[in-house]
Amino acid sequence: MTDPILSVRRLTIDIPLAQGTMHAVRGIDFDLKRGETLCIVGESGSGKSLTSLAVMGLLSGKLRRSADRLEFAGIDLMRQKPRTMRSLRGDRMAMIFQEPMTSLNPAYTIGDQLAEAYLLHRRASRVEALARAVELLGKVGITAAESRLSQYPHQLSGGLRQRVMIAMALMCEPELIIADEPTTALDVTIQAQILRLLADLQREMNMAMILVTHDLGIVARIADKVAVMYAGEVVEQGTAREIFDNPRHPYTRGLLRCIPVPGKTKPGEHLGSIPGIVPSLVGVVEGCAFRGRCDVAAPSCADPIPEQKEGAEHAWRCIHGQAEEGAPA
Amino acid sequence: MARTIDTAAQQIRTASPAALLRRRIFGHYGLLFGIVVLATIVLIAAFAPLLTAHDPYTQDLLARMKPPFWMAGSDPDHLLGTDHLGRDYLARLLYGARISLAIGVIAALISGLIGTAMGVAAGYFGGRVDLVVTFLINVRLAMPVVLVALAVVAILDGSLQVVIMVLGLLLWDRFAVVMRSSVLQVRDLEYVNAAKAIGCSVPRVILSEIMPNVVNNLIVVATLEMAHAILLEAALSFLGLGVQPPTPSWGLMISEGKQMLLFEPWLIAIPGVALFVLVLAINLLGDGLRDVSAPENKG
Repeated sequence: MTDPILSVRRLTIDIPLAQGTMHAVRGIDFDLKRGETLCIVGESGSGKSLTSLAVMGLLSGKLRRSADRLEFAGIDLMRQKPRTMRSLRGDRMAMIFQEPMTSLNPAYTIGDQLAEAYLLHRRASRVEALARAVELLGKVGITAAESRLSQYPHQLSGGLRQRVMIAMALMCEPELIIADEPTTALDVTIQAQILRLLADLQREMNMAMILVTHDLGIVARIADKVAVMYAGEVVEQGTAREIFDNPRHPYTRGLLRCIPVPGKTKPGEHLGSIPGIVPSLVGVVEGCAFRGRCDVAAPSCADPIPEQKEGAEHAWRCIHGQAEEGAPA
Repeated sequence: MARTIDTAAQQIRTASPAALLRRRIFGHYGLLFGIVVLATIVLIAAFAPLLTAHDPYTQDLLARMKPPFWMAGSDPDHLLGTDHLGRDYLARLLYGARISLAIGVIAALISGLIGTAMGVAAGYFGGRVDLVVTFLINVRLAMPVVLVALAVVAILDGSLQVVIMVLGLLLWDRFAVVMRSSVLQVRDLEYVNAAKAIGCSVPRVILSEIMPNVVNNLIVVATLEMAHAILLEAALSFLGLGVQPPTPSWGLMISEGKQMLLFEPWLIAIPGVALFVLVLAINLLGDGLRDVSAPENKG
């Protein structure tokens, strides 16, 4: 197989707070190849968004990022100057944000905003950039693309805006696209369209995609690989099939119990839930962060947890997890 | 009813941005009034020598205190009468508009540059920069403008340039405060992050992403400060600390007329009304510009 386009080893993000250091992301590993989709799932505050911002180099000043390795297409992102990072962002790696309502600048037309990245990174004239913008608006399924160029963001609906955001991210044909909960702010009906669109475009342009989400339904449909994050750690990762068919970490199992399955979940039946709350990550965090909410927790869960592996990709951090132990999902 | 709303919405949707802007400007009577009056005053100031044959500095001690045209005993040669040195009051009023406008525009420009730079830096970078700027704003607010002006004039002697510099260097506080808070509101919005995500540099993010969204606040503050500067100049000149005689300044005219307040009230009323109209026009203009340029109204 080809080398991964993005390779992350022991990525750590610390946030200095008045009460101490918050270890928001603790030692994340993953690899991503061209054409693959990695879904990062987990509840709010588990460090999903921070991880994606860290890859883009967009963490705000106070946050400290460290990693044994953070390589994009053979470039060590940890050692690049801001200038080099700027030339990568928008050109070879792009990001789609969560909130289409605020992701577009209200002071500029759609055309201006689409053209901006292209003008910044390519030696192109405005006419060429706008032609490219029309092409991409067509690709993301916006009708009458040319007339949209002169419109302002407030004249578009949420779904349209998110399509524009996707078009904007794709202007320079990036090799890596990071979508941070791209559908959370949209109607359910639109969500499906946007996701299908993203998946199709990703396949067509052979990009690597990181999709941050907390919707497992989405994950099941478009992920190649899944990383389940809990309290700043990847507690389990593997191919989508492995995660859904053979979840090993109690947290993953808990998450899967929370989604209704058509045909299996009967009307009126309660869906699963995971009791308790995410522990504080301020100060020293030791052992399994999930042990306080875990129904198979043991005293040894407070010790450092070894990573267990099965096959080439499936890995989880739990002292349990061999197939015979613990209740099946 | 529903149909009229639909067609109105249709019109708004199909109109070009320029047409919508035009419609908003012409639908805003305050703005129109402000523009017309301010434009008139600017034209008067620019073409003062063509509008009056008199020189504002020429004294005529034989024709002192001539009343204006609506009072008995007025001289048709001096429409607004003459002052205590026999200088034509209309000429002094017209030339005085130049002083007021120059002070308003230049002082607002200088303080706008200082205050915007400080406010944007504080709002965008936060942290230490913000602490320093906030401290400077507090220091500035603790200094009474009139007292500082008094001290400066005592050292440098009052003149038009000194007044402009003093006001320009003192009136930046509101710019800084307003810019700081508006930039704070905008800088964490996702489009700013999105701009960074497509590889924009910091100056570019500030100038092309943040500034267009806060510039309407800047316009309002600029007009307010312009009016503020004009009034302060008048106040300083009235106290004898600003523009020095014989320069025709409206504040100075009021000051020179105050001895006659009870006998010849028009000496004060005329420049007073002029000041009032100018400041009102500027404020209406600023208010109207804010309404018209607010990004949420962009069509």
